[in-house]
Amino acid sequence: MSTAKRPPSRPIRDFVISRSLSGLVSLILVTALIFIGTAMLPGDTASALLGQNATPAALEALRQDLRLDDPLYLRYFGWFWDVLHGDLGVSLASGRPVSEVLLPRLQNSMLLALVASLFLLPVAIGGGIAAAIWKDSWFDRALGFTSMLFLAMPAFLVGYILIYALSVRMGWFPSMSVAPLMGGVGPWVKVLALPVLALVIIGQAHTMKLTRTAILSVLSTDYILMAEVKGISRRRIILLHALPNALSPILSISILTVAYLIVDVVVVEIVFSYPGLGKLMVDSVAYRDLTVVQACGLFFALIFVAMNFLADFLAMLANPRQRVPARGAV
Amino acid sequence: MMTEPVLRIDGLKIAAKTTTILEDISLQVQRGEIFGIIGESGAGKSTLAMAVVGLLRSGCQRKAGSVTLAGNDLFALPQPELERVRRRKVSYVAQSAAAAFNPFYRLSDQITELAALELGTPKAERHRMAAKLFAELQLPDPENFGKRYPHQVSGGQLQRAMIAMALINEPDLIIFDEPTTALDVTTQLEVIRLIRKIVSDRNCGAIYISHDLAVVSQLADRVMVLRHGKIVETGETRALIENPQEAYTRDLVANKTTTSAAQVAGEAQATVTVQGLAAGYSGVSTISGISLDLAAGKITALVGESGSGKTTLARTIAGLVDLHAGQMLLKGKALPGRIEDRSPEARRRLQYIHQLPDLALNPRQTVRDIVGRPLTKFGGLRGAALEAALQQLMRDVELPESFLDRVPGSLSGGQKQRICIARALAAEPDVLICDEVTSALDPLVEESIIQLLLRLMGQRPLSILFITHNLLLTQRFAHEVVVMKEGRIVEARPAADLFAAPQEDYTQRLLAATPLMERGWLEARLHANEATN
Repeated sequence: MSTAKRPPSRPIRDFVISRSLSGLVSLILVTALIFIGTAMLPGDTASALLGQNATPAALEALRQDLRLDDPLYLRYFGWFWDVLHGDLGVSLASGRPVSEVLLPRLQNSMLLALVASLFLLPVAIGGGIAAAIWKDSWFDRALGFTSMLFLAMPAFLVGYILIYALSVRMGWFPSMSVAPLMGGVGPWVKVLALPVLALVIIGQAHTMKLTRTAILSVLSTDYILMAEVKGISRRRIILLHALPNALSPILSISILTVAYLIVDVVVVEIVFSYPGLGKLMVDSVAYRDLTVVQACGLFFALIFVAMNFLADFLAMLANPRQRVPARGAV
Repeated sequence: MMTEPVLRIDGLKIAAKTTTILEDISLQVQRGEIFGIIGESGAGKSTLAMAVVGLLRSGCQRKAGSVTLAGNDLFALPQPELERVRRRKVSYVAQSAAAAFNPFYRLSDQITELAALELGTPKAERHRMAAKLFAELQLPDPENFGKRYPHQVSGGQLQRAMIAMALINEPDLIIFDEPTTALDVTTQLEVIRLIRKIVSDRNCGAIYISHDLAVVSQLADRVMVLRHGKIVETGETRALIENPQEAYTRDLVANKTTTSAAQVAGEAQATVTVQGLAAGYSGVSTISGISLDLAAGKITALVGESGSGKTTLARTIAGLVDLHAGQMLLKGKALPGRIEDRSPEARRRLQYIHQLPDLALNPRQTVRDIVGRPLTKFGGLRGAALEAALQQLMRDVELPESFLDRVPGSLSGGQKQRICIARALAAEPDVLICDEVTSALDPLVEESIIQLLLRLMGQRPLSILFITHNLLLTQRFAHEVVVMKEGRIVEARPAADLFAAPQEDYTQRLLAATPLMERGWLEARLHANEATN
């Protein structure tokens, strides 16, 4: 077809630019929503902070200090401006800088998620591949049943069952994960074991199901049939013909699972009293520690946006049809 | 052992759980011979092709018979041995090259995979092997062609690349499973020529499967007609075509050039007028300088190779492509370029029927929902009136009323296309755009759909824009023919004039490349091509 000259298409560059911009918009929207949410918390923030016996003068002073009487949008832009300059503010409950309160908790959450992913992803992806290869076998059915069972169970129930079985009855691990977070690997293993186990149990189902579906849909394509007709062995077909084509969806779901493990695990952190970001946010809501809540929200959103970006980016790199422009016929 | 056939099938019977797919199939293919297999979809052609390499689809079982390929009794071999025979003795060329190539790997790597596996040929050497084959198959820039990914080359090139893949292991037998069905006539001619040359140069056997008797008759030494999993008849190609023994074969062979379209009395009024139109995607005009009229009560055929802009033009008229220049009129009133800007009334008057009914019908909705929706939306029909209209439409498209409660998945391809036609008619349109509506169907079904469209035209004042890549097909029913090439109209004339004396080179080439059943057609074509080169 004779078409006018177009500028060369650069799918990767276009992707990075457009997704960075849309990510930024998401961040602004999410933080604004959290700001509105904190403003809608019932009761007066100043009296919640100072307690019932505070004098009216003290309350008024605090309100002035926190600019609580300013319109919401002014407070938001003020906060946003400070954040852009690296200032997250001061915790209202403890008076310490928010970053000081938040960063250790963020590290803990990331550590938990990382260790959980190291166990969860190989189990779930391997299980999904095996279930696809032996589709409809007893293995596939059993795996499908148990993974759905765990998915359907509320997270706190899984947590309490684990505490009851492995901590109370067997006494292998502490029921609370607040052991001194120092001094070598030993204590860490003890602290992390139960939350990690709970996360693996709760989180595997999606990854496993999606891996299975991705592999199955690739196995039913014409090019897999072609490989069979060519006389390629089953093993080589699975590993070299099918798996690379299922890589995109598997990468996406894996990274979204990691994001889920960092952000969505509030219930698990609370059940095990694990000092992570989710627990910090819940506690801070209770204390009306608005600056900490807002900062937690910011980080959650940041992690989710970044992980989504990474997931789509890797999926794109794993797919020649997206990575290499078509350029048309020779 | 000169007389030992490359392939020998004896009394093969293959069955699924409840139905028999193939019954009592016996055939032999010699070296240097092309054996044609012809039949409608559902005749068991593909099952047979797979059985030739010892492959059964899941749920299928071999009940009786044997397949002997180059001396190996395939169904008696253990899996590793069977795979070895497949790697060394046989190759398969599939219908859709776009689907049969793995999108993850560069062409050269997949094409030479067997050389790497069987001979351990190093990568550089394999690259040279592939380049040599690409040159032989007349692919452009053979040195670099293999470095591309499948999505970077055209359909015709990909089809040739798959033939290269089939040649890499120097097989004793090549199975061609409808290798040209997805191609334009001119590309098809090229591929047919290559297949001929390959079989005679390499002295291998070949099976050529198709539903197009004309193509098979140009290629095959012998032909087997397959229907409902059974052999209707087998014979020398010439004998079979000149003197078919069975009624079904006679139907297939019968020259379908029945009636030319009845000329409409007087000058019909234009329903749609297109003037100086240019349109395309993301700011680039893929079609330009288009002016044409669609007359009431007439069928206008829009013909051209893929990439000529036929579908873009149709979609522009339908309001689905960005209009860059020109204007469109519907019954004398301006027709906005964007479907969003069109009134419901204008949308109702213009209906579109797609090439693949499978994709155009919602698999979860019943026929009643599918056809009923435009009746309610445009006609405001409900209750008993709706039911009566539905039943009338089913009668119009010659389907039983009981089909109203079925879902598309339970219907055949031809029946699904009839449902699409009924849905379009439900809007009581003035213009029907038929975009390759028969090209996915078997010849006999195609014929019945065309007859249906002609009958419907007799009952109501429709303008039909019939898009196809098969110029010869339009001879039988089009009133006007518009030939497109590279986004422009090459020739637009009344059908009778055009077929009597095609003016443009391109139109003549299109006409000449459409296979006929006559003996010697291919030789004459190739001869003519050499003379012009």
